Amino acid sequence: MGKGYDVAIAGGGIVGAACAAECAAGGLRVVVIEPGPVGGGATAAGMGHIVVMDDSPAQIALTNYSRTLWMQLAPELPADVEYVSAGTLWVAADAEEMAEVERKRGVYESIGVRSEVLDAKALAEAEPNLRPGLAGALRVPDDAVVYPPCAARFLLDRARAHGAEVRVGAAAAALTADGIQLRDGAFVPAGITVNATGTWAPELTPGIEVRKRKGHLVITDRYPQWVRHQLVELGYLKSAHSISSDSVAFNVQPRKTGQLLIGSSRQFGAEHSGVDAPILSRMLRRAEAYMPGISELSAIRTWTGFRAATPDKLPLIGPVAANPRLWLATGHEGLGITTSLGTGRLLADQVLRRPTAIPFEPYLPGRKREEALHA
Amino acid sequence: MPDPVRLTVDGLTVSVPAGSMVSTAVVSAGASGFRQSVTGEARGPLCGMGICFECRVTIDGRAHCKSCQVVCAEGMEITVGQAPRDVAGPPAGLPRQLVVAPAGRPQARGPAPQYDTLVIGAGPAGLAAACRAAECGAHVAIIDDNLRPGGQIWRADISKRSSPADAWVRMAQDRSVEVIAGARVFAAPEAKCLAVEIPEGELALSYRNLILATGARERFLPFPGWTLPNVMGAGGLQALAKSGLPVKGKKVIVAGSGPLLLAVARYMKDHGADLRLLAEQADQASLLRFALGLAAHPGKLAQAIGFRAGLLGTRYLTSCWPVSAQGSEKLESVTLHRGGRTWTEPCDYLACGFGLIPNTEVAALLGCAMSQTGVAVNEFQETSVAGVYSAGEATGIGGLDLALAEGEIAGYAAAGKHETAKQRFGARESHRRFAVALERAFALRDELKALAQADTMVCRCEDVTLGRLRQFGGWRDAKLHSRCGMGPCQGRVCGGAVEFVLGWKAASVRPPLFPARVASLRASGE
Repeated sequence: MGKGYDVAIAGGGIVGAACAAECAAGGLRVVVIEPGPVGGGATAAGMGHIVVMDDSPAQIALTNYSRTLWMQLAPELPADVEYVSAGTLWVAADAEEMAEVERKRGVYESIGVRSEVLDAKALAEAEPNLRPGLAGALRVPDDAVVYPPCAARFLLDRARAHGAEVRVGAAAAALTADGIQLRDGAFVPAGITVNATGTWAPELTPGIEVRKRKGHLVITDRYPQWVRHQLVELGYLKSAHSISSDSVAFNVQPRKTGQLLIGSSRQFGAEHSGVDAPILSRMLRRAEAYMPGISELSAIRTWTGFRAATPDKLPLIGPVAANPRLWLATGHEGLGITTSLGTGRLLADQVLRRPTAIPFEPYLPGRKREEALHA
Repeated sequence: MPDPVRLTVDGLTVSVPAGSMVSTAVVSAGASGFRQSVTGEARGPLCGMGICFECRVTIDGRAHCKSCQVVCAEGMEITVGQAPRDVAGPPAGLPRQLVVAPAGRPQARGPAPQYDTLVIGAGPAGLAAACRAAECGAHVAIIDDNLRPGGQIWRADISKRSSPADAWVRMAQDRSVEVIAGARVFAAPEAKCLAVEIPEGELALSYRNLILATGARERFLPFPGWTLPNVMGAGGLQALAKSGLPVKGKKVIVAGSGPLLLAVARYMKDHGADLRLLAEQADQASLLRFALGLAAHPGKLAQAIGFRAGLLGTRYLTSCWPVSAQGSEKLESVTLHRGGRTWTEPCDYLACGFGLIPNTEVAALLGCAMSQTGVAVNEFQETSVAGVYSAGEATGIGGLDLALAEGEIAGYAAAGKHETAKQRFGARESHRRFAVALERAFALRDELKALAQADTMVCRCEDVTLGRLRQFGGWRDAKLHSRCGMGPCQGRVCGGAVEFVLGWKAASVRPPLFPARVASLRASGE
């Protein structure tokens, strides 16, 4: 190997790992700089829901593309990644939300994503622990669940298998057009540097519009089959994308272990990583409102994490306008696990000047900002 | 004696003495395993004190109940050994409280705190602290997750009316100390307020001063076979025996390290067990030096002589430790090592603990600084957080007398009686010297680090082997990628082992400190 690398990636979370795997598979000489542990940032804090989201055309395109890549990768994933094609149920509480179910179904049909409308009775049969009286749901059967830290490690292992170097324990102090300056004083020269450090990205690339958005999760003991699909309230889009205020939504996930993950919350401006008792309470009350029996389950742990949020809710993938050798792969908000694979592929395709399966322009850091559907 | 209680275990009707814990009923029904581990191993109780979560069973449809902490009630239906399917209705047969807390959820968030002094832990340190603070006129409450006060060392025996804690409990009651039993601190949702789970729900307890007398738990070290049912902690087997587990005629080996082994061996012998052997890992010379040092502590010396006299005729081997345990469904034999010789003994119960670890989780949650030995305190037992005191084993392992002295000092100091507190400084100093000698005498030998093999489970909640752990660079890395320490015991069992074997220190503490009902967690932040 020559002196320099083709691509130096700062950040070994799931996004950096996916970029490394794709670049290395494309024949590029790759190095990943990760202070450790692998997947210890937003990757570890997230739920690991592989989901098609329809907040904006660009979001649909990236999530759908990424989910397809996950489905292709699924047979190769080791057991500890815990990929389960559990499907998502978008739960409608009333007639108004049932109308939204129909609209959503139409959107998914138009892009070839399988979905089916469940009426109240079918919903009760599918998920007996939901409260009676709900209107129905949209079932998206090919959505899935993974255990993100092990998924990140698997992707880094893939990168290594293609010759990439992964330096765990090394921290980036600065990114330059020529490579990565490490905190220990060493310099890693590279043709292209990629900032994939999630919420830390603005520290290494000042001026980019990435903000921290705090979230809480609770995990229960094992209750196999108590919940079968990832359950999300249809009001989720409204609450999840309210930029101005703290919000909570009913979002419960069955883990392969039989455990339940209970989410979700979103807070801007909360810097402290500690558990915020009032917002945790609001989040759990929301879950109890949809699943009364959840009150009696044993909660074994809570944690928080920070999503890397952008103003238009789309990630930043590609070179920064001012410097064609300095790239970004960050700003994935709550969809980083899903969109990691699409991000890696889009980034590698651009670096290698290959055609991309979906337009890459909507995610370029220098894009003109479009307002999203639920702004 | 009151009438026995009848209940069913997997449909089989059993009858147990009133006051027995559900764990006793499960053993009486002949079940070898209490639960199935995540990889399908049969497991039984380990700690006997609500820490390990290995004794979980389904009680009246409610999954994940710790059978060592629930009293048998007439007609209970117990299901063991299978993955839970349903979580049904209100749980029956939940433990009664010694003194029922005020009905409903107290108005903790009013302007005035409910208690001048709130004491966590009703062992010797906590009882002494509560009594002394109350004697100075403070309004005091003491909470404990056990159903009867006394902590571990004074754990009540269900077959006896009296308990060694009685004198202190009577004193506490005479001084109007509120005793809230079966209560577990799980969060500190706001300043000067703790969220506590009780069988009936959640309480918010507010205080002016807090005294953490949270005691200690046993250190368990992994060795091949240590996850077999009937391999237990030393204190663990004693605790289960005190709550009704029959040991009469059972072949018992007591092993590990520390003075607790003598007390447990003596208890087993007195209760008719066929005590085969007491194996202490420390060497004879260290123990001899320690014994000579006891001359400065006549009470301790007398106690030690008493234990030894009671154990006459029992093999007491120093520099000896278990290297493996064998059995098909449950323990059948233990292989021991001493001086280059290895041999196997038949065994029904192996009581095995390697010293004690202070319970510092509540203190850590509140942001209290730690010392080398436990929670860091000043001369008045006050922690780095103003108004929060700590006493007893939580500050460092030192035994009963030190715990009492520290508890009294903390109680007086919390009540503002610093001059009175100072009168106990001398006693505390003398007992601290004993603690230092204790630590030196029973220091764990390095050979014990090599007991666990690559395929030996270290994390019993998530079934993570030592070989798997060795793939990682540290505790957080291992947690994230293997789930080690992420089960319901929250690393309380594997944490001490991992620290000793791999040198990794466990990381942060977050609510809930113990698994809590979702409803309790929700209520704690409202």
